Amino acid sequence: MKIYNAGENSVVVYFSEHASPEVSARVQHTAGRLPQLLGPALIDLVPSYASLLVIYDPARCGQLELRQTIRKAAAGSSEDRATEKLVELPTWYSTAAGPDLEPLARHAGLAIEEVIELHQALEYRVYAIGFAPGFAYLGELDPRIAKPRLATPRAKVPRGAVAIADRQTAVYPAASPGGWNLIGLCPVTLFDPEADPPMPLQVGDRVRFRAIEQDEYRQLGGEL
Amino acid sequence: MSVEVSRAGILALLTDGGRFGQHQLGLTSGGPMDPFAFHWANRLCENAPDATAIEVTVGGLGLRFHGPTRVAITGAEVAVTINGKAVERWRSHAVKADDQLKIAYAQKGCRCYVAVSGGFQVKPFLGSTSTVVREGVGGLNGQALQNGDFIESASDNSQQCWRLPPAELPRYSNWLPLRVIPGYQNEVFHPQQQRLFFQSSYQVGKLSDRMGYRLSGPPIRAGVEGILSEGICLGAIQIPADGQPIVLMNDRQTIGGYPKIGSVLSLDLARLAQLKPGDKVNFAAITLESAHRALQLASKHFASVQAEAITVD
Repeated sequence: MKIYNAGENSVVVYFSEHASPEVSARVQHTAGRLPQLLGPALIDLVPSYASLLVIYDPARCGQLELRQTIRKAAAGSSEDRATEKLVELPTWYSTAAGPDLEPLARHAGLAIEEVIELHQALEYRVYAIGFAPGFAYLGELDPRIAKPRLATPRAKVPRGAVAIADRQTAVYPAASPGGWNLIGLCPVTLFDPEADPPMPLQVGDRVRFRAIEQDEYRQLGGEL
Repeated sequence: MSVEVSRAGILALLTDGGRFGQHQLGLTSGGPMDPFAFHWANRLCENAPDATAIEVTVGGLGLRFHGPTRVAITGAEVAVTINGKAVERWRSHAVKADDQLKIAYAQKGCRCYVAVSGGFQVKPFLGSTSTVVREGVGGLNGQALQNGDFIESASDNSQQCWRLPPAELPRYSNWLPLRVIPGYQNEVFHPQQQRLFFQSSYQVGKLSDRMGYRLSGPPIRAGVEGILSEGICLGAIQIPADGQPIVLMNDRQTIGGYPKIGSVLSLDLARLAQLKPGDKVNFAAITLESAHRALQLASKHFASVQAEAITVD
């Protein structure tokens, strides 16, 4: 574990150079313990694939104490908790709903049906939430259907777009610019400021995709 | 009573001190881009420093009061009138029902703050009223203020008004030194690239907003193309593949994958937030210890000067 300064009131903690479920569990374990250990000196936390950004109040906690506390929080068992939630995301996969489905299949040397099957075959883990509210970085994707981001990002990706970038997959919670490969549409609301909690996914949750047809997508509230 | 937005202008946002503790949901912190001017607007209305006020970008805001209150305007150099009569900034003014406040367009600096007695009364979302338009949260319905909006606030009949000690008035310039705490991946930048970064001047680009200030100047090469996406703190300086630095501001994305050379000191971000496209900045490295000393001094100074605010009338 390495701790670097990030800014006047934040440090970034690196647990590994690579993402893995074990590393993610350690990030989560540490993020889960810090609020209690740091108390009011903690301002905010950003857990990611293999790192944790800790934003603190330097008037309440010195550098040395902060680093000791982070090491203490990271110590101990960080086994995957079995209580983690499994969320199913129904997805309408089609070339109409996912303009990059066909190019991705061609890139992979697979039939479209095989891409759809491989995308549903694995259970993913929420490695990080960020970029936008409710945007969950899901990994790791089957390497056979991995594809880099588009050379030129789209100015507008629709709300609910199911997308692939390298060995990650995600659902865009709201319309936004984006450079990921779009393969389908998911009708589940992933960020609603009025709901409690405002989003169904949390870091550490498990996610599965399930193929649906256009009718079901619309019945579930999906927009066309 | 309520305050009516007779004209929303270019961009007017309700904001408090910011939304904290919600990064794990992907929500950014938001809050005032120039906390110095924001805190003073509240102080001059005898509010808590983080009470909800309006951040006006560039200008064009018109307000109509539907009851008595005190109002203070701080920040960018801009012409302000109440019922057509020019009034001073950096002081509070007693207003009554049907009075109209108009803010013209900023001449120097680009953001000003409007506070009223007791702060604007807005329902907080996840602990904060700060509007983040990109996320659709905070303020009224998650949006910037619109023509015809009504914002609740308390009636206040007090005639006692306050102004800033004259020595405290900020001067807005168009060339700014920014103190930087080296950090994050600064080691992946070759020493020669670091020298280039700290010895060059950069111009504020047109695409600068509450999310980030895009700078242009001599390109800086990082030793790596990208990094495993990680948390981004306020003021972080991203260096994308084109080598043009982006200073990440209050509405930044919470996670990103570009290498970062360090972060700008918040005291200087508040001044950067007053720069406009075409203005220039330089970077100077400081240690974390001197950053903490500067923050401590600034907060002591603010506390002592606050107590010296002068009553008028």
